[in-house]
Amino acid sequence: MATVRIPTQLRSLVDGASELTVDGDTVGDVLKALDAAHPGFGERLFDENGKLRRFVNVFVDDEDLRFLQGLDTPLTERSVVSIVPAVAGGCERV
Amino acid sequence: MSLGTALRCRECGREYAIAPIYTCEWCFGPLETTYDYDAIRGSLTRESIAAGPASIWRYGPLLPVEAPKGNALNAGWTPLIRAERLAAELGLGELWLKDDTRNPTNSFKDRVVAVALGKALEFGFKTAACASTGNLANAVAAAAARTGLDSFVFVPSDLEAGKILTTAVYGGNVVAIDGNYDDVNRLCAELAAEYPWAFVNVNVRPFYAEGSKTLAYETAEQLGWETPDHVVVPIASGSLLTKIHKGFQELHKVGLLDEEPVVRVSGAQATGCSPVAKAFIDGVDDVHPVRPDTIAKSLAIGNPADGYYALDVIRSTGGACGSVSDDEIVEGIRLLARTEGVFGETAAGVTIATLKRLAEDGVVRRDERVVAYITGHGLKTLDAIEPHVRVTTTIPPSLDAFRAAFPAVAEEV
Repeated sequence: MATVRIPTQLRSLVDGASELTVDGDTVGDVLKALDAAHPGFGERLFDENGKLRRFVNVFVDDEDLRFLQGLDTPLTERSVVSIVPAVAGGCERV
Repeated sequence: MSLGTALRCRECGREYAIAPIYTCEWCFGPLETTYDYDAIRGSLTRESIAAGPASIWRYGPLLPVEAPKGNALNAGWTPLIRAERLAAELGLGELWLKDDTRNPTNSFKDRVVAVALGKALEFGFKTAACASTGNLANAVAAAAARTGLDSFVFVPSDLEAGKILTTAVYGGNVVAIDGNYDDVNRLCAELAAEYPWAFVNVNVRPFYAEGSKTLAYETAEQLGWETPDHVVVPIASGSLLTKIHKGFQELHKVGLLDEEPVVRVSGAQATGCSPVAKAFIDGVDDVHPVRPDTIAKSLAIGNPADGYYALDVIRSTGGACGSVSDDEIVEGIRLLARTEGVFGETAAGVTIATLKRLAEDGVVRRDERVVAYITGHGLKTLDAIEPHVRVTTTIPPSLDAFRAAFPAVAEEV
């Protein structure tokens, strides 16, 4: 379980929500669950090989996923997952 | 007249109308300006350029903004210096230095800021802002002052005192952030979503970045409309390197160069912040972010936005990407000053030290015409060399004292 911050670009897929609470033990689980609940969400984040698109950055509690264990990074109930465009490295706080 | 026509995602190719936006709505990829090259081909000639202003605006049709009236946003047309003494020291043949310390605030950032603020004025923004490692801060604060815009400049709090002072003097707001450049950048992306400001390297980045192309245009024009065989460019975000490459290619596209240029592009990084060099050496496509730790603060971007594209350009042109230690950077600054009388900042030290390494390794060759880009002035990073240079000796004001201090120096009669 974690809180996921949704960037403006993806909010139309989640009924305008800026933040969602999602079940899952790892970042990968949480993002898969989001795709299952909101069709089309996954293809925006992942390329055809199932890898995160290279200009999508994901942060867990303000730490870049690539400094953690990637999609296998474990989450706690208090974890906050932020999805942000890489170009400016922006981390949207709501 | 500007012939920038649209914005296109570099990743998925989706197109957007010209606006202060910077990422693709669909895949988050970076947006880049597109041009009507056929129209430019008809409107831009070597003669029309030669008759234009001594600034980046001589290439106006190749920039994504109307050339502003007056001189408020002038930058560029800096000297290309033949560096024979440095070439001899490095065992190279024809070596040139593009001396971009000679811009209004003494770095190449004046070029990109001129384009960004020109576009900001076109969009009707009243405030200019940026995340900066220092050079951009100087350039934004000064250009905002000259054009009458308000400014907010965000810098890491551990920045060199000189760079803070040379920003604050222009009277805008300077906000120091407890964090590194990547933290400052993230904050600015958040602020850009909340405040109606022109963040030069966030929401006007697609236009801003195009200003760097002028370094390639000038290099070719100053070489008599020929291109170098090999260029060495420092890498921070990687944008400068990719735009210099793009600039050379565009000159051929619009008919200013008869033949398609073949320019090897090599990158230079500090070992303490070398994500692109590491990916190059490891032979991988992924540019893994790092936590910067180097005296070359103007290059200390651990998560380079254009790292992938810089890597592509380096590989596809047969260049290389090297990295050098802090000691080598200081030595590079001193070597450049000692041989050519050019005082560059730490980024220049990185470039010259990397050039030295690449020359030793035979990557940059003696039979090549080489251009190294000196992107900022040494007065900006005095802290870096302060421990390494000092007066030769201190003596009383007497002839005898001087003779005693320098017995081997012959007196002229």
